[in-house]
Amino acid sequence: MEVFAFSLFNGILYGMLLFMLASGLTLIFSMMGVLNFAHASFFMLGAYLAYQISAYVGFWPGLVVAPLIVGVIGAAVERWGLRPVHKFGHVAELLFTFGLAFVIEEVVQLIWGKVPMPYDIPASMNFAAFSWQGLDYSAYRLFMLVISVAIFAALFLFIAKTRIGLIIQAALTQPNIVSALGHDVPRIFMWTFGFGCALAGLAGVIGGNVLGTEPAMAITLGPIVFVVIVIGGLGSLWGALVAALFIGIVDNLAISYDLSFYPLFAVFGVERDVTGIMQDLVRLTTASIAPVLPYFLLVLILIVRPRGLFGTRDV
Amino acid sequence: MAGLARRSGIWLAAVAVVLVLPWIFSSGFAITTLNQMGVLIIFSLAYNMLLGQGGMLSFGHAVYFGLAGYSVAHVLNGIGAGTLPYVPVSLLPLVGGLVGLLFGIPIGFVSTRRAGTVFAMISLGFAEMMTALTLILIVFFNGEEGVQTDRWAGPEPFGITYGPDIQVYYLIAAWCLLATLAMYALTHTPFGRMSNAVRDNPERLQFVGYSTHRVRWLAFALSSFFAGMAGALHALNVEHVGFETVGVGQSGLVLFMVWIGGARAFIGPIFGAVVIAFLNSNLSGITEAWLLYLGILFMVTVMFAQGGLSGLILMHESIWKTDVRLFRPMVRPYALGIGATIVACLGAIGLIELIYFMSTRSTRDTGTSLYSVPVDAASLLPWLVCAGVAALGAEACRRAYRPMAASYADAIETVKAGAAR
Repeated sequence: MEVFAFSLFNGILYGMLLFMLASGLTLIFSMMGVLNFAHASFFMLGAYLAYQISAYVGFWPGLVVAPLIVGVIGAAVERWGLRPVHKFGHVAELLFTFGLAFVIEEVVQLIWGKVPMPYDIPASMNFAAFSWQGLDYSAYRLFMLVISVAIFAALFLFIAKTRIGLIIQAALTQPNIVSALGHDVPRIFMWTFGFGCALAGLAGVIGGNVLGTEPAMAITLGPIVFVVIVIGGLGSLWGALVAALFIGIVDNLAISYDLSFYPLFAVFGVERDVTGIMQDLVRLTTASIAPVLPYFLLVLILIVRPRGLFGTRDV
Repeated sequence: MAGLARRSGIWLAAVAVVLVLPWIFSSGFAITTLNQMGVLIIFSLAYNMLLGQGGMLSFGHAVYFGLAGYSVAHVLNGIGAGTLPYVPVSLLPLVGGLVGLLFGIPIGFVSTRRAGTVFAMISLGFAEMMTALTLILIVFFNGEEGVQTDRWAGPEPFGITYGPDIQVYYLIAAWCLLATLAMYALTHTPFGRMSNAVRDNPERLQFVGYSTHRVRWLAFALSSFFAGMAGALHALNVEHVGFETVGVGQSGLVLFMVWIGGARAFIGPIFGAVVIAFLNSNLSGITEAWLLYLGILFMVTVMFAQGGLSGLILMHESIWKTDVRLFRPMVRPYALGIGATIVACLGAIGLIELIYFMSTRSTRDTGTSLYSVPVDAASLLPWLVCAGVAALGAEACRRAYRPMAASYADAIETVKAGAAR
């Protein structure tokens, strides 16, 4: 029971981190049609900047400053990099962000090197918040959960209640009409892009010290975020939330329970010490297939329901 | 008849070049590089059937390359151990192609319903899935170690053992020429034209009554076939297939080659594969920052040269076909523009190399060499010089590009006026 509770808790936490990335990505995608391949790279930049800032002045200033810097970098990339490419179409924009992800990874290695950075949990948060049935739960993880839920609530209030939020909602579906009404759509694009990148950066700040701050962190997380927005339905924030939580929880449950698939094969009379191709299948456990699960879900959803869980348009 | 002679002339010239190359560049290093080029040319051309001709951007085409490579490595090992019937080693690229086709048909079916961003995302999903599977299905993929093989297997027809690299060179060259010819011929078939039409105007094609899904699917399957062929030759060439061959990294590399070479012209991917394979084997030993330069070059071509390097050259085609003398007024502005670009790049590269040196050095010694000039990276002078050269070059570029574009526009104007007359 306590294993279930803890992995559920960790799953929600991982899911909320995924959602912080996926919400920005899906906002950018549904508004501009640009799949930002470099989105996870901004997440990585956030983690590295937070590490650098925390090395000088501590964790708390970094929590505010690092996402701001990442947001400004994102807005600048949109203004001077993406906007000139816009006229060549979405494929060119996607190519641009692919190149950008590649270059950011190389630049990070150029500045910080290839080894993981010792970006640690702040000392003031490094204690057990509560203990249940002999298992400790760290205060920092609780803090991460609070931050991500707060961000999520703020994002929904911002989009549903404020004037800018309404314009963004309108620009999601009808950018031409919004432009005709006199709003500066390119500028909305720029700030949305910057805002999405800042959210990714914030996820990097609070997630980098738990997931590990290293040059490969972008390329391992990025594709999973794409899976989240496709499964949730492109352009749907609720869908992104549900899909992110689902993937986070399934991933954590699969790893902590580590069930073997052997009983499934035993039904067909397969021996446990079989050799050859079957050997791998017999040895499969839920933990070993956890890395491919999101991609199986992706393929499944594309075959069964191409518009995703909550999407309104087909992929 | 004259047209046929000229067209076959190009192919005969290509055959001659391919036959002569290993005599000119005969060192072991050069042969290795040439072999890689041959493999990458097939892979790039296969990739361009999707990107350039079909309008499908894939981040996962290495899946077919890598799976074919693994399969051929296992077939070779089976032949060597006597557990599989003998297949002539020279024909293994066909086996690889069939493996590519085998996977390309079902995966293509689910992923080609739409092109553009969605197709790209699905291809990425499959690439990630395959990379994860290489670490799960140990019997076939052998985890992080990959599969080792020995191409010297079975009987030796005509004394060809494929022991020495030069024999593999001629094998790769022969298949490369065949595959290039086949893919070129495909672009002239009705299917090739339909593929272009699906890229340019899918809606209209559906109105006419074609299924865009089926055209894309066929293009995808054929492209997977040739990618598999390239993967088989890769396995024969290096005698090892690792998990990185199916991953996003390998797919990204072929994307870079095709795009930088130019996706719009048939020659573009060949050009890109040759240039990047050459730079890769020569520069990766000199500078650690080589991949950064590659990425920046890619981004620059996306922003400013949609046709890639071959596009930049081919945009002058109509000028030299009309009258070579039209180039005369262009020489000076072009020389200035290109010169300014080189100066700016030299400065920027110097700065990047200095940063790289400072962040990766393992000792306290700050002495290094930049463009074979010994410098002390801890002093301010080399930084100032590099920054100054870069700024100077950037300013020169700003001034030189406009006359350059103007001289090009003048020449094109003259060509058009001549054509109208």
